[in-house]
Amino acid sequence: MEIVGQLQKQYVEFSTSLYREGFLDEQFIQLQKLQDESNPDFVVEVVSIFFEDSEKLINDLATAIQQQVVDFKQVDAHVHQFKGSSSSIGANRVKNMCIALRSFCDEKNLDGCLRCLQQVKHEYFLVKNKLETLFRGISHLKENIDSFFSFLIHHFFRRKK
Amino acid sequence: MAGEMAGNSTKKKISALVVDDDRLVRRIHGMLLTRFGMETNAVENGKEAVDLFASGKCYDLVFMDMEMPIMDGLKATQALREMGVSSTIVGVTSRTQEGETQAFMEAGLDACWEKPLTRDGIISLLDQVAKKLL
Repeated sequence: MEIVGQLQKQYVEFSTSLYREGFLDEQFIQLQKLQDESNPDFVVEVVSIFFEDSEKLINDLATAIQQQVVDFKQVDAHVHQFKGSSSSIGANRVKNMCIALRSFCDEKNLDGCLRCLQQVKHEYFLVKNKLETLFRGISHLKENIDSFFSFLIHHFFRRKK
Repeated sequence: MAGEMAGNSTKKKISALVVDDDRLVRRIHGMLLTRFGMETNAVENGKEAVDLFASGKCYDLVFMDMEMPIMDGLKATQALREMGVSSTIVGVTSRTQEGETQAFMEAGLDACWEKPLTRDGIISLLDQVAKKLL
Protein backbone atom coordinates (compact mmCIF):
# COMPACT_ATOMS: atom_id res chain seq x y z
CA MET A 1 0.00 0.00 0.00
CA GLU A 2 1.24 3.38 -1.09
CA ILE A 3 0.53 5.05 2.24
CA VAL A 4 2.79 2.66 4.21
CA GLY A 5 5.72 3.51 1.93
CA GLN A 6 5.05 7.23 2.26
CA LEU A 7 4.72 7.08 6.04
CA GLN A 8 7.88 5.04 6.31
CA LYS A 9 9.78 7.58 4.22
CA GLN A 10 8.46 10.49 6.32
CA TYR A 11 9.35 8.67 9.52
CA VAL A 12 12.91 7.97 8.38
CA GLU A 13 13.42 11.58 7.21
CA PHE A 14 12.08 12.98 10.47
CA SER A 15 14.10 10.58 12.59
CA THR A 16 17.32 11.34 10.66
CA SER A 17 16.77 15.08 11.06
CA LEU A 18 16.62 14.71 14.84
CA TYR A 19 20.16 13.31 14.85
CA ARG A 20 21.42 15.74 12.24
CA GLU A 21 20.11 18.75 14.17
CA GLY A 22 21.61 17.46 17.40
CA PHE A 23 18.34 16.88 19.28
CA LEU A 24 19.24 13.24 19.79
CA ASP A 25 22.57 11.44 19.92
CA GLU A 26 24.01 7.93 19.84
CA GLN A 27 22.55 7.12 23.27
CA PHE A 28 19.01 7.19 21.84
CA ILE A 29 20.07 4.63 19.23
CA GLN A 30 21.43 2.45 22.08
CA LEU A 31 18.07 2.68 23.84
CA GLN A 32 16.27 1.53 20.69
CA LYS A 33 18.63 -1.46 20.51
CA LEU A 34 17.56 -2.48 24.03
CA GLN A 35 13.95 -2.80 22.90
CA ASP A 36 12.82 -6.24 21.76
CA GLU A 37 9.74 -8.49 21.62
CA SER A 38 9.89 -9.13 25.37
CA ASN A 39 10.14 -5.38 26.07
CA PRO A 40 8.30 -3.81 23.12
CA ASP A 41 7.55 -0.52 24.89
CA PHE A 42 10.92 0.06 26.47
CA VAL A 43 11.78 3.28 24.61
CA VAL A 44 8.37 4.86 25.21
CA GLU A 45 8.59 3.81 28.87
CA VAL A 46 11.99 5.39 29.52
CA VAL A 47 11.13 8.52 27.55
CA SER A 48 7.96 8.88 29.66
CA ILE A 49 10.05 8.59 32.83
CA PHE A 50 12.36 11.26 31.40
CA PHE A 51 9.39 13.61 30.72
CA GLU A 52 8.02 13.18 34.26
CA ASP A 53 11.36 13.62 35.98
CA SER A 54 12.36 16.57 33.80
CA GLU A 55 9.21 18.53 34.48
CA LYS A 56 9.72 18.11 38.19
CA LEU A 57 13.37 19.15 37.87
CA ILE A 58 12.45 22.26 35.87
CA ASN A 59 9.99 23.28 38.60
CA ASP A 60 12.57 22.62 41.32
CA LEU A 61 15.13 24.67 39.39
CA ALA A 62 12.75 27.58 38.90
CA THR A 63 11.92 27.55 42.62
CA ALA A 64 15.57 27.38 43.67
CA ILE A 65 16.56 30.24 41.36
CA GLN A 66 13.72 32.46 42.55
CA GLN A 67 14.69 32.31 46.23
CA GLN A 68 15.57 35.57 48.01
CA VAL A 69 19.01 34.18 48.66
CA VAL A 70 19.88 31.73 45.93
CA ASP A 71 21.60 28.54 47.07
CA PHE A 72 23.79 27.86 44.03
CA LYS A 73 24.82 24.46 45.38
CA GLN A 74 21.18 23.40 45.39
CA VAL A 75 20.67 24.77 41.87
CA ASP A 76 23.79 22.92 40.77
CA ALA A 77 22.53 19.66 42.27
CA HIS A 78 19.30 19.89 40.25
CA VAL A 79 21.18 20.76 37.04
CA HIS A 80 23.56 17.87 37.66
CA GLN A 81 20.61 15.50 37.84
CA PHE A 82 19.00 16.98 34.72
CA LYS A 83 22.28 16.67 32.84
CA GLY A 84 22.50 13.03 33.90
CA SER A 85 19.00 12.09 32.83
CA SER A 86 19.11 13.98 29.54
CA SER A 87 22.39 12.31 28.63
CA SER A 88 21.05 8.84 29.50
CA ILE A 89 18.13 9.42 27.07
CA GLY A 90 20.32 10.92 24.37
CA ALA A 91 18.71 14.38 24.60
CA ASN A 92 21.91 16.01 23.42
CA ARG A 93 20.90 19.69 23.22
CA VAL A 94 19.28 19.60 26.67
CA LYS A 95 22.44 18.04 28.08
CA ASN A 96 24.63 20.75 26.52
CA MET A 97 22.42 23.52 27.92
CA CYS A 98 22.70 21.91 31.37
CA ILE A 99 26.49 21.99 31.05
CA ALA A 100 26.29 25.73 30.24
CA LEU A 101 23.94 26.32 33.19
CA ARG A 102 26.40 24.59 35.53
CA SER A 103 29.12 27.08 34.50
CA PHE A 104 26.86 29.97 35.50
CA CYS A 105 26.18 28.22 38.83
CA ASP A 106 29.91 27.82 39.42
CA GLU A 107 30.38 31.54 38.83
CA LYS A 108 27.34 32.28 41.03
CA ASN A 109 26.09 34.39 38.11
CA LEU A 110 22.36 34.77 38.81
CA ASP A 111 21.51 36.62 35.59
CA GLY A 112 23.40 34.04 33.56
CA CYS A 113 21.55 31.26 35.41
CA LEU A 114 18.16 32.83 34.77
CA ARG A 115 18.81 33.29 31.05
CA CYS A 116 20.34 29.84 30.68
CA LEU A 117 17.46 28.16 32.53
CA GLN A 118 15.08 29.62 29.94
CA GLN A 119 17.21 28.04 27.24
CA VAL A 120 17.26 24.70 29.07
CA LYS A 121 13.45 24.78 29.25
CA HIS A 122 13.22 25.75 25.60
CA GLU A 123 15.45 22.87 24.51
CA TYR A 124 13.58 20.45 26.74
CA PHE A 125 10.14 21.36 25.32
CA LEU A 126 11.53 21.22 21.79
CA VAL A 127 12.89 17.68 22.20
CA LYS A 128 9.73 16.62 24.03
CA ASN A 129 7.68 17.79 21.08
CA LYS A 130 9.99 16.02 18.62
CA LEU A 131 9.85 12.73 20.55
CA GLU A 132 6.06 12.87 20.83
CA THR A 133 5.86 13.45 17.08
CA LEU A 134 8.23 10.53 16.52
CA PHE A 135 6.11 8.17 18.63
CA ARG A 136 2.88 9.34 16.95
CA GLY A 137 4.56 8.61 13.61
CA ILE A 138 5.48 5.09 14.77
CA SER A 139 1.97 4.29 15.99
CA HIS A 140 0.44 5.74 12.80
CA LEU A 141 2.78 3.57 10.76
CA LYS A 142 1.94 0.50 12.87
CA GLU A 143 -1.81 1.08 12.47
CA ASN A 144 -1.44 1.33 8.73
CA ILE A 145 0.77 -1.75 8.54
CA ASP A 146 -1.73 -3.66 10.72
CA SER A 147 -4.67 -2.65 8.57
CA PHE A 148 -2.67 -3.45 5.44
CA PHE A 149 -1.99 -6.99 6.69
CA SER A 150 -5.59 -7.42 7.84
CA PHE A 151 -6.67 -6.38 4.35
CA LEU A 152 -4.24 -8.88 2.77
CA ILE A 153 -5.32 -11.77 5.00
CA HIS A 154 -9.02 -11.01 4.51
CA HIS A 155 -8.56 -10.70 0.74
CA PHE A 156 -6.53 -13.94 0.61
CA PHE A 157 -9.14 -15.96 2.53
CA ARG A 158 -11.99 -14.54 0.50
CA ARG A 159 -10.24 -15.59 -2.70
CA LYS A 160 -9.51 -19.11 -1.33
CA LYS A 161 -13.25 -19.61 -0.82
CA MET B 1 24.34 -15.24 26.14
CA ALA B 2 27.44 -13.29 27.11
CA GLY B 3 26.57 -13.10 30.78
CA GLU B 4 25.97 -16.80 31.26
CA MET B 5 28.55 -19.46 31.93
CA ALA B 6 28.13 -23.23 31.59
CA GLY B 7 28.99 -25.10 34.76
CA ASN B 8 28.10 -28.77 35.35
CA SER B 9 24.47 -29.12 34.38
CA THR B 10 23.39 -25.63 35.36
CA LYS B 11 24.18 -22.31 33.74
CA LYS B 12 25.35 -19.68 36.18
CA LYS B 13 24.43 -16.12 35.32
CA ILE B 14 26.72 -13.26 36.23
CA SER B 15 24.90 -11.14 38.81
CA ALA B 16 24.93 -7.35 38.67
CA LEU B 17 23.76 -4.66 41.07
CA VAL B 18 22.94 -1.12 39.88
CA VAL B 19 23.23 1.45 42.66
CA ASP B 20 21.77 4.82 41.59
CA ASP B 21 19.28 7.31 42.99
CA ASP B 22 17.96 8.15 39.50
CA ARG B 23 15.16 5.76 38.45
CA LEU B 24 15.80 6.46 34.76
CA VAL B 25 19.41 5.33 35.12
CA ARG B 26 18.35 2.24 37.12
CA ARG B 27 15.90 1.29 34.37
CA ILE B 28 18.28 1.87 31.46
CA HIS B 29 21.41 0.34 33.00
CA GLY B 30 19.32 -2.52 34.40
CA MET B 31 17.93 -3.31 30.94
CA LEU B 32 21.37 -3.08 29.31
CA LEU B 33 22.83 -5.57 31.80
CA THR B 34 19.80 -7.88 31.54
CA ARG B 35 20.16 -7.93 27.76
CA PHE B 36 23.72 -9.11 28.28
CA GLY B 37 22.27 -12.11 30.09
CA MET B 38 23.01 -10.98 33.63
CA GLU B 39 20.86 -11.46 36.70
CA THR B 40 20.23 -7.81 37.57
CA ASN B 41 19.01 -5.97 40.66
CA ALA B 42 18.85 -2.26 41.42
CA VAL B 43 18.83 -0.14 44.60
CA GLU B 44 18.51 3.60 45.25
CA ASN B 45 21.48 4.43 47.43
CA GLY B 46 24.73 3.19 48.95
CA LYS B 47 23.17 2.09 52.23
CA GLU B 48 20.74 -0.27 50.46
CA ALA B 49 23.69 -1.80 48.60
CA VAL B 50 25.67 -2.30 51.81
CA ASP B 51 22.61 -3.79 53.54
CA LEU B 52 22.13 -6.27 50.69
CA PHE B 53 25.70 -7.54 50.97
CA ALA B 54 25.45 -7.56 54.79
CA SER B 55 22.35 -9.77 54.53
CA GLY B 56 24.43 -12.36 52.67
CA LYS B 57 23.53 -11.46 49.09
CA CYS B 58 26.43 -11.32 46.69
CA TYR B 59 26.86 -9.75 43.27
CA ASP B 60 29.69 -10.34 40.81
CA LEU B 61 29.40 -6.79 39.48
CA VAL B 62 28.37 -3.57 41.17
CA PHE B 63 27.73 -0.35 39.26
CA MET B 64 28.02 2.39 41.86
CA ASP B 65 26.81 5.93 41.27
CA MET B 66 28.92 8.56 43.00
CA GLU B 67 26.31 11.00 44.30
CA MET B 68 23.38 9.58 46.19
CA PRO B 69 21.43 10.60 49.28
CA ILE B 70 21.70 8.72 52.61
CA MET B 71 25.02 7.07 51.65
CA ASP B 72 27.02 8.12 48.60
CA GLY B 73 29.06 5.89 46.31
CA LEU B 74 32.38 6.67 47.91
CA LYS B 75 31.26 5.73 51.44
CA ALA B 76 29.39 2.67 50.18
CA THR B 77 32.46 1.44 48.29
CA GLN B 78 34.66 1.92 51.38
CA ALA B 79 32.11 0.08 53.53
CA LEU B 80 31.88 -2.84 51.08
CA ARG B 81 35.66 -3.23 50.89
CA GLU B 82 35.93 -3.08 54.68
CA MET B 83 33.36 -5.88 54.85
CA GLY B 84 35.67 -7.94 52.65
CA VAL B 85 33.54 -7.73 49.50
CA SER B 86 35.72 -8.64 46.53
CA SER B 87 33.13 -8.08 43.78
CA THR B 88 34.10 -5.95 40.81
CA ILE B 89 32.88 -2.45 41.68
CA VAL B 90 32.67 0.06 38.85
CA GLY B 91 32.06 3.69 39.75
CA VAL B 92 29.64 5.39 37.38
CA THR B 93 29.61 9.14 37.43
CA SER B 94 28.49 12.20 35.51
CA ARG B 95 31.16 14.25 37.21
CA THR B 96 34.25 14.44 35.09
CA GLN B 97 36.51 16.38 37.42
CA GLU B 98 39.82 14.58 38.04
CA GLY B 99 40.02 15.07 41.79
CA GLU B 100 36.59 13.63 42.51
CA THR B 101 37.15 10.57 40.32
CA GLN B 102 40.49 9.89 42.01
CA ALA B 103 39.00 9.99 45.51
CA PHE B 104 36.27 7.63 44.34
CA MET B 105 38.86 5.22 42.87
CA GLU B 106 40.84 5.30 46.10
CA ALA B 107 37.74 4.24 48.02
CA GLY B 108 38.20 0.82 46.41
CA LEU B 109 36.80 0.86 42.88
CA ASP B 110 38.07 -1.43 40.15
CA ALA B 111 37.25 1.18 37.52
CA CYS B 112 35.45 4.49 37.17
CA TRP B 113 33.38 5.28 34.10
CA GLU B 114 31.37 8.18 32.85
CA LYS B 115 27.61 7.73 32.42
CA PRO B 116 25.90 6.31 30.52
CA LEU B 117 27.11 2.69 30.50
CA THR B 118 27.95 1.43 27.03
CA ARG B 119 27.94 -2.01 25.40
CA ASP B 120 31.69 -1.89 24.72
CA GLY B 121 32.51 -1.09 28.33
CA ILE B 122 30.39 -3.96 29.56
CA ILE B 123 31.90 -6.40 27.07
CA SER B 124 35.41 -5.58 28.29
CA LEU B 125 34.24 -5.96 31.90
CA LEU B 126 32.60 -9.35 31.30
CA ASP B 127 35.94 -10.69 30.13
CA GLN B 128 37.59 -9.69 33.42
CA VAL B 129 34.70 -10.93 35.55
CA ALA B 130 34.58 -14.31 33.79
CA LYS B 131 38.29 -14.79 34.47
CA LYS B 132 37.75 -13.95 38.14
CA LEU B 133 34.96 -16.48 38.45
CA LEU B 134 36.79 -19.35 36.78
